[in-house]
Amino acid sequence: MADSHGSYLQEPRGLRSWLVTLDHKRIGLLYFWSTLAAFVLGGVFAMLIRLELLTPKGTMMTADLYNKIFTLHGAIMIFLFIIPSIPAAFGNFVLPLMLGAKDVAFPRLNLASYYIYVAGTIIMLVAMVTGGIDTGWTFYTPYSSTTGGSVSLMVFGVFVLGFSSIFTGINFIATIHKLRAPGMDWFRMPLFAWGIYATAIIQVMATPVLGITLVLLFMERVFQIGVFDARLGGDPVLFQHFFWFYSHPAVYIMILPGMAIISEVIPVFSRKTIFGYKAIAYSSLAIALVSFLVWGHHMFISGQSQLASAVFSFLTFLVAIPSGVKIWNWLATMYRGSISLDAPMIYAVMFLALFAIGGLTGLFLGALTTDVHLTDTYFVVAHFHYVMMGGTFIAYLAGVHYWWPKMFGRMYSERLARVAGALVFIGFNLTFLSQFVMGSRGMPRRYHSYVQEFQPLHVLSTVGSWILALGLFLILGYLLASLRKRPNAPANPWGSATLEWETSSPPPVHNFDYTPVASHGPYDYDREQVTA
Amino acid sequence: MSDSTTTAHNPYLQHHYAEMEQQVDAGKIGMWLFLATEVLLFGGLFVGFAIMSAKHHEAFKLAHEHLDRSLGALNTVVLLLSSFTMVMAVDSARHNRQKALVWYLVATLTLAGVFLGVKYFEYSHKFHLGLLPGKYYAGGGEDAVGQAMFFSFYFMMTGLHGFHILGGIVVIAWLIRRSIRGVFTSAYNAPVDLAGLYWHLVDMIWIYLFPLLYLIG
Repeated sequence: MADSHGSYLQEPRGLRSWLVTLDHKRIGLLYFWSTLAAFVLGGVFAMLIRLELLTPKGTMMTADLYNKIFTLHGAIMIFLFIIPSIPAAFGNFVLPLMLGAKDVAFPRLNLASYYIYVAGTIIMLVAMVTGGIDTGWTFYTPYSSTTGGSVSLMVFGVFVLGFSSIFTGINFIATIHKLRAPGMDWFRMPLFAWGIYATAIIQVMATPVLGITLVLLFMERVFQIGVFDARLGGDPVLFQHFFWFYSHPAVYIMILPGMAIISEVIPVFSRKTIFGYKAIAYSSLAIALVSFLVWGHHMFISGQSQLASAVFSFLTFLVAIPSGVKIWNWLATMYRGSISLDAPMIYAVMFLALFAIGGLTGLFLGALTTDVHLTDTYFVVAHFHYVMMGGTFIAYLAGVHYWWPKMFGRMYSERLARVAGALVFIGFNLTFLSQFVMGSRGMPRRYHSYVQEFQPLHVLSTVGSWILALGLFLILGYLLASLRKRPNAPANPWGSATLEWETSSPPPVHNFDYTPVASHGPYDYDREQVTA
Repeated sequence: MSDSTTTAHNPYLQHHYAEMEQQVDAGKIGMWLFLATEVLLFGGLFVGFAIMSAKHHEAFKLAHEHLDRSLGALNTVVLLLSSFTMVMAVDSARHNRQKALVWYLVATLTLAGVFLGVKYFEYSHKFHLGLLPGKYYAGGGEDAVGQAMFFSFYFMMTGLHGFHILGGIVVIAWLIRRSIRGVFTSAYNAPVDLAGLYWHLVDMIWIYLFPLLYLIG
């Protein structure tokens, strides 16, 4: 225990050994720090947006600059943070350990995916400083095909990032199929692996469609091929269909890994076998499947046929079923469990509350009549922040706190973690609950000035964002501070039953000193052998 | 460290696999998934083509008359032949016929080159007539907007396909180099196998492109 000599962090030594590493744990860390940097950058843009909205008239920036800032906030958070963060950082680090494997199926492809991510990021950053982009992260035509700025370059960057996502997905599917430890059949896999599997299917099946859509948009700008331009015989709504055919499944690329983390954390800190293992496993696949059939709910006011809208609306309600199945199973797992509120569990419980709000408000937007009223208002903004930040990002924090000892061999300050958790929860709700209210009263999204009446709520929202930022910086602070301590994490600080906790913290280069065998289920807390 | 496998140690077995069969299976899963992404990538263009050709039916019909059916048919035959030589290459590798493997790969490479050569003639002819995509279209005729769109799709679809042929050429050239050194045997031939899968998909896509663009329009 606790001696990090010979761990993957120590050996081999030198910067070069990190840059050309094929070790899934190191690639996971490279992704972890890179996506974190992207989050900080995207967060800075978010703070600028909130600061500008403190007053009804544009004070700090012009409308044009504001458009660029919110576009960059969205594009960075989506393409550089949320999509790669949990799968590529934790998936890479944890998945092979959980399965008892020595590495992912294709280590070189894994490293390639990281460098493709870096290349895509650099292209996006160049696009940002050479002209910027003001289309919103959705790149809707015909505006995106006619406006100035670096749209082409930005689109190219996102296209490149797609390959990174596809390679990660291919790697995880092959890993789960072929590299499970002896004794680990499909239903002995930790639910994290099921969630990552469902995510990987979407990454592989949806991303190419975004790729070709962006190629068409790029061609539209260079050659004026006209496919998305009504003046040239094309159809701008077709772009929306193509775009959401990827981007709706993509929101499940974002939420499924979050749910996967919650499925790990809740049984560990409830000291109880997960309730409804198969229901949770299959509901991940159900979400992945249905996610391909609901893209039209982003387009209720686009002029698509009434029949299509009605069908899409109905299918959208279907998504609520597997999501609800998960929520109830998590609650049933906690019921009569012996719950300990360590930092990961605090975030898991926070997730349940915030994601429930995010999910239920999704039903308002999936219903045709209310959606027509709420489209393009702050209600939509609040809804997806509750799902993406209150859901995925809070789950990400649960994962960070849960696996931090495994990744770095250090325990962080539990007391500061509670303070930060409270700040994040209060700050988040102040920021976005007020936006639900504004949205339902008609505050449109993407405006840098607004009518006087909304100011009190905007001030509330901005102050909330400061509290939220304070909480997040506190987390960053105590986590980084823990790295300066001597290694002090035991192999299994939480008393978990999954395989990644059987090896030392941090793990040795080859993960396990022996070939691990899955002799019991991942959440067998009814067995007495599992001790802290 | 714990390589306590019962099979004889194959130098191409990577450290994180217990045995060769597991490694080969993983490779196949990876390749099939990659092919699925390719189908979806082209799928977007096929859907776009279908929608726009329904919208500009007459113009697409007029425009497709400009394509040379016999050259398209020739290229179809060339690619089908190359798929045959590729299968034979895979079979030769499996049965340890090293020399035959090299020659079948060279034949496949040659046929791929012929395909691109024919495509070059077709493209330069179109350039000459001004049958170019989007705003560069100068072919005139009725409903020039629709015809321009047809050629946009023609160049994007055959161009993207051409890039895949080029990628295949690079891979096959690499395989030839390795097979001359006698790397591929009945015990280790996964790269030939996987390249074969890729090559058949590229061939298949052309089999859809040819009737769609040249025959139906």
